[in-house]
Amino acid sequence: MSAAAAPSVRARRVLPGFRLTLGTTVLYLSVIVLIPIIALVLKGAGIGPGRFWDMVTAPRTLASFRITIVAAAIATTINAVYGLLMAWVLVRYEFPGKRLLDALMDIPFALPTAVAGLSLTALYSANGWFGALLDPLGLQVVYSLGGIVLAMSFTSIPFVVRAVQPVLEELDPAYEQAAATLGAGSWTTFRRVVFPAIMPAWLGGVSTSFARSLGEFGAVVFIAGNLPFQTEVASLLAYIRIEEYDYEGAAAIALVLMVLALVVLLASNIVQFRATRHGGRSL
Amino acid sequence: MTIEIAQMYKSFGRTEVLRGIDLTVANGELVALLGPSGSGKTTLLKIIAGLDWPDRGGLAFDGQDWLQLSPQDRRIGFVFQNYALFPQMTVRDNIAFGLTVRPRGERPAKAQIASRVNELLGFLQIDALGDRYPAQLSGGQRQRVALGRALAIEPTVLLLDEPFGALDAAVRRDLRRWLRGVHDAMGTTTIFVTHDQEEAFELADRVVVMNHGRIEQIGNAATIHDAPATPFIADFMGATIHLPVAVREGRIGGAGIDAAHLPTADLPNGPAQLFVRPEDLLPIPDPSGPWSVSSVTNTGSQLRLILSDASGTEIPADLRRRSPGAQGLTPGVRVHLRPEAGSVFPAETV
Repeated sequence: MSAAAAPSVRARRVLPGFRLTLGTTVLYLSVIVLIPIIALVLKGAGIGPGRFWDMVTAPRTLASFRITIVAAAIATTINAVYGLLMAWVLVRYEFPGKRLLDALMDIPFALPTAVAGLSLTALYSANGWFGALLDPLGLQVVYSLGGIVLAMSFTSIPFVVRAVQPVLEELDPAYEQAAATLGAGSWTTFRRVVFPAIMPAWLGGVSTSFARSLGEFGAVVFIAGNLPFQTEVASLLAYIRIEEYDYEGAAAIALVLMVLALVVLLASNIVQFRATRHGGRSL
Repeated sequence: MTIEIAQMYKSFGRTEVLRGIDLTVANGELVALLGPSGSGKTTLLKIIAGLDWPDRGGLAFDGQDWLQLSPQDRRIGFVFQNYALFPQMTVRDNIAFGLTVRPRGERPAKAQIASRVNELLGFLQIDALGDRYPAQLSGGQRQRVALGRALAIEPTVLLLDEPFGALDAAVRRDLRRWLRGVHDAMGTTTIFVTHDQEEAFELADRVVVMNHGRIEQIGNAATIHDAPATPFIADFMGATIHLPVAVREGRIGGAGIDAAHLPTADLPNGPAQLFVRPEDLLPIPDPSGPWSVSSVTNTGSQLRLILSDASGTEIPADLRRRSPGAQGLTPGVRVHLRPEAGSVFPAETV
């Protein structure tokens, strides 16, 4: 039999259901995520560049962006440090109540943000438990930038903890032992061996935390006081524009927030990619 | 520069891992800690490195109490089983690590570190790999880098945990010879852990056989192979056939066993166990013998026989296929046993 006469063979996938599962997930992703984003972009594009620029550079809008970005940056910095510490404690030490503490880390995700906002407001208002202590010192948390930062960091802390925790857990203790036998002290070992290994995951958690904080609404509106030019965040301003039937104004603000968040995530992904291409691991 | 370990004990919870270890390693010696998993050999190595601490006992290096020193201050070169190379650093940076983390006052200048690294890359025959990352290396190459990283700090002692465990057989043999060469060139006192006898005997000056947290015997290949000190060693060294015998006036006898020619090392009269390797067991055709050949497997150069007796006990015997003794041994033939070599231990010690 000549080779030409042999029937050609079509390779088949071994795992069944590829088309069905991929089709379903892509369709769902489109309806839930992609189409709303496209709609937002189209809505924003429909405004026209000149008017769009005027809208997003209006003094009240600019002020809201500034407040949002500053508060989100502070909240994320706090989370970056605290989240790393929390993950370290949860992975490295054994102590009674460790599992409970671990479970508590999910509360900010599980709790409705409005509930979080309300309870934070109650605690920090002038007659609340913490407020009563801070108020005489001249520290006002409620109705200030501090309140916004507090609400933002509360709702986004698990991002950092949950990103770092599994990577830290899987880090082979032999790396640290090797560093110790080579003469490195604990700080040097952390800086040069442990942190580089968890950095990509940590950065992923930090940037997700920042992106989430940029759009935090539910928890913030209760505690912020929402004074234009002082404590009004961008997502609230977008909501106000909707209330005023100014859909274009709302879309313009939302679009800027979205681009900001995407830029941050993209930048973080680039750094993570560079850090992990030699065999480290990412989120 | 001798290491002295005295009466060392260590438990993990209720498990006793080390039960009174006494060992002295001389300057420049290459010693293997050989034993099955769970024998405590890795724990002992980690205690010497300062990565673990004993419950009791002494560890001194040239008279200096090492149990008072942190691992950082012992200047140990430790090669980990899976190498533990830092994945985000190049080979060069990995090797330089121990020098770059020294306190400012003791740290060599950058150029000095670079030339030391180059020197090691050359010595380890991995010149071309300096700028690669660990993930881009083969197992054997990683092993060399791990050794380079440990040697860079000019260690007082070199410790290796299962250094060839993760490599395939051919690479293993090459690296073994190469490591012996490295040791002879550097002269660093070296202790390595292995569960592979061949590796231990080929590489080490002295082999320390451990079992259940104790040292059972210290010696070289010939002494441990031919004169095992304990039943465990005999079994561990391949004498897996245990035959019940009796010692009478310095001679060994047993039903269907022709072992009168074996030395008994002045054993007292009484019941004993004879430990024999399958290749040392010669079946002799004998119509009145208590054993019969139940199967024969031909592997080309070797015949593996399974012999069984009336009670159903089965023992293996290995013969060279072309040897005269192998002729006529077919299934069903009755035989008695003639051990060519073996070790006898009083029954109560087994």
